[in-house]
Amino acid sequence: MIRARNLGRRFGDKRALSGVDVDVERGEFLLVTGPNGAGKSTLLRLFAGLLVPTSGELEVTMDRARVGFLAHDPLVYRELTPLENLDLYGRLYRIPERRERIGMLLERFGLWEARSELTGDLSRGTLQRLALCRTLLHEPELVLLDEPFSALDATGTDLLLDELARLTAERRTLVVSSHQPERFGERPTSRLALAPA
Amino acid sequence: MTAYLSDVTALARKDLLVELRSRDTVPAMLLFVVGALVVFHFALADSSRLAAAGMLWIALLFTALLALVRSFVAEREGTVIDGLLLAPCDRSAIWLGKALSVFAFLAFAEAVALPAFALLYEPVTWELIAGVALANVGIAAVGTLLGAMAAAARARELLLPLLFLPLAIPLIVGGVGATLADDPARYLGFLALYDLIFAILSWASFEYVVTE
Repeated sequence: MIRARNLGRRFGDKRALSGVDVDVERGEFLLVTGPNGAGKSTLLRLFAGLLVPTSGELEVTMDRARVGFLAHDPLVYRELTPLENLDLYGRLYRIPERRERIGMLLERFGLWEARSELTGDLSRGTLQRLALCRTLLHEPELVLLDEPFSALDATGTDLLLDELARLTAERRTLVVSSHQPERFGERPTSRLALAPA
Repeated sequence: MTAYLSDVTALARKDLLVELRSRDTVPAMLLFVVGALVVFHFALADSSRLAAAGMLWIALLFTALLALVRSFVAEREGTVIDGLLLAPCDRSAIWLGKALSVFAFLAFAEAVALPAFALLYEPVTWELIAGVALANVGIAAVGTLLGAMAAAARARELLLPLLFLPLAIPLIVGGVGATLADDPARYLGFLALYDLIFAILSWASFEYVVTE
């Protein structure tokens, strides 16, 4: 599903990522680890198609509509409510029965009570849960999660671990970056350790 | 086509909702355009018909700049634009949705500006209203593309006027001509042609502006 050879990315003079070789097959769970500045977020943004490589080769054989990307930012409008944000994305992804799907996700991530509050007023942890809802809204085949535990409390962490278990059981392809690999236990089927370029 | 229009509607509706909640852009536009017309009125007390038309178009152009500078603020904050780019919709739908909302903001400001102009200067003619409506289309089309371009830059507040004003000169020529000339149809036709050309160019090139 993903094939990268000698993959690299520069931002001006700064090298963010270099010489990455990795293959990710369907149903695999790849955990990307490394310290701050190692290029984990850059790698995931390359996989999502938001960046293009400046060196090497990258092939992602997955339609944009089937990719879910949890970025560092929640990618939601602060002036809209969680319900309105998810409804907008639901429309753009043309999700059939989107209201039911949105309601189910809001319930599952403990956001139903906050569904009509302005997103800008939500706590960072609640925003991260909303971002997870947005990422999984269209039931993506390829799920890219950049530091998914960021800002989550104990309940949120448990919810995310449950979700990862469900996605793994459904044979979804997962690429997750984290500098806390111990949180994932034995779930990842492969690991990629990045070092600062 | 239905899916494309549905995407455009959802995106434009979102922009109107964001503005309704934040009230960041339209109130500033209203205050600016009325304020500018009042200032011009007192600064040039014996203004001719020619000068009045020029002042109106200058005020409208700079009011439009206020809308355009803020047009991609919500997408820039928290890189929400990435969320839209990840969605499987045609990227030009993002441009069209945004251009429609910019058009609506301009129309709202002009609904206040034109009566103020009539009160302070000259009666408003149908030719002027037609010219303003056609100029709005061009401003929204070009300005939305340039707004997206500037949003990615560091000095975006400086970059947008530098890019937009030269491209807006034909709109001023057409707008003032439609307001004053004996043959306004010629100038209205010119504005319509500008709108058509730049709307197509902006629609086709938006994807290259917002992606790498």
